[in-house]
Amino acid sequence: MNQTLQRYTRTAIGLHWWIALLIFIAFPLGLYMHDLPLSPYKLKLYSWHKWIGVTVFMLVILRIFWRTTHTPPALPDSLPKWQKLASQITHFLLYVLIVAVPLSGWLMSSAKGVQTVWFGVLPIPDLIGKDKSLGNLLMVVHKSLNFSLLALVVIHTLAAIKHHFIDKDNILRRMLPFHFGEKS
Amino acid sequence: MSRIYVKYLALMGLFLIANGVNAIEFNQVLSDKSSISFVYKQMNVPIDGKFKKFVAQINFDPAKPEAAQAKFDIDLTSIDTGFSESDEEVTGKDWFNAKAFPTAKFVSTGVKSLGANRFEVQGKLTIKGKTLPVSVPFTFKPDATAALFDGSLTIKRLDYAIGEGEWADVSTVANEIQIKFHIVGASAPAKK
Repeated sequence: MNQTLQRYTRTAIGLHWWIALLIFIAFPLGLYMHDLPLSPYKLKLYSWHKWIGVTVFMLVILRIFWRTTHTPPALPDSLPKWQKLASQITHFLLYVLIVAVPLSGWLMSSAKGVQTVWFGVLPIPDLIGKDKSLGNLLMVVHKSLNFSLLALVVIHTLAAIKHHFIDKDNILRRMLPFHFGEKS
Repeated sequence: MSRIYVKYLALMGLFLIANGVNAIEFNQVLSDKSSISFVYKQMNVPIDGKFKKFVAQINFDPAKPEAAQAKFDIDLTSIDTGFSESDEEVTGKDWFNAKAFPTAKFVSTGVKSLGANRFEVQGKLTIKGKTLPVSVPFTFKPDATAALFDGSLTIKRLDYAIGEGEWADVSTVANEIQIKFHIVGASAPAKK
């Protein structure tokens, strides 16, 4: 590599991986808890899932603010135009879904008559009132958005892996934490 | 002894006369306008529920609160916790055990005035075969034909063994349950 590695800012890297980690916990948790028989354990899992969701929501707001005020490192010139475009679309949709998924969960919880109380301490306001049919609809919306997010994450991850191991470019390295792969 | 007894009789007589003259006694409950609801806390989140079926009998004359009476029978299977899954769970054995104890009962033992349309009713609350004394403050708002009785009390569910086994853990579902009632009373025209 001749050129010096242009990395994302530490803040952007931190936000990316924290959000990724939280989503990787919340997603399977949501799938698992849903089919459990009612128990204190299930109620705890539901609360934890919601706390994680609220945390992701707050982090992604911060992240969007950061993204709009900090230009990310440019993609390599060698990258075909269609790949640049695909990357832009995927990233844009990822942002949309990372906002929409927790938002739909928050609204669903309100419609089902359960306010979200972050870490059991901070009540998050109910934007909509209790409404059973709306709650059921939002459940379907939440689920659909989640599977759309899953599909995008798969594309996003496969692309990063392909760039790193097949194209052997710097695209993944720009986002790796702890200066992984800096000396290559 | 006998003098006191005579005085008592005289007083009773006065009450009876007073009753005939100006008292409005609320002795009917308008069930469709009345409600018994509750607030429970799950993982520190307050959630509203209600009982859809109950029978309430009251006998209340604000001029003679000490003579007032109240009796409530609440059909526990009519519970609405907001979630069908929870409704099923709480009528089950660990919670209300509604098969063996289908109703919760409240029977008053006395009412006293707290001043300014505020009163307190003492009575016995029976849930799941367990009877405990409770006292419940309430407000009384009369108008021409009806009166509103509003009050609430907080009970500890474990005092009545509501939520046994794994549910006895109050860190998930809190011990304190707030019960709220809104009773619309009317006076039966036939009695006047």
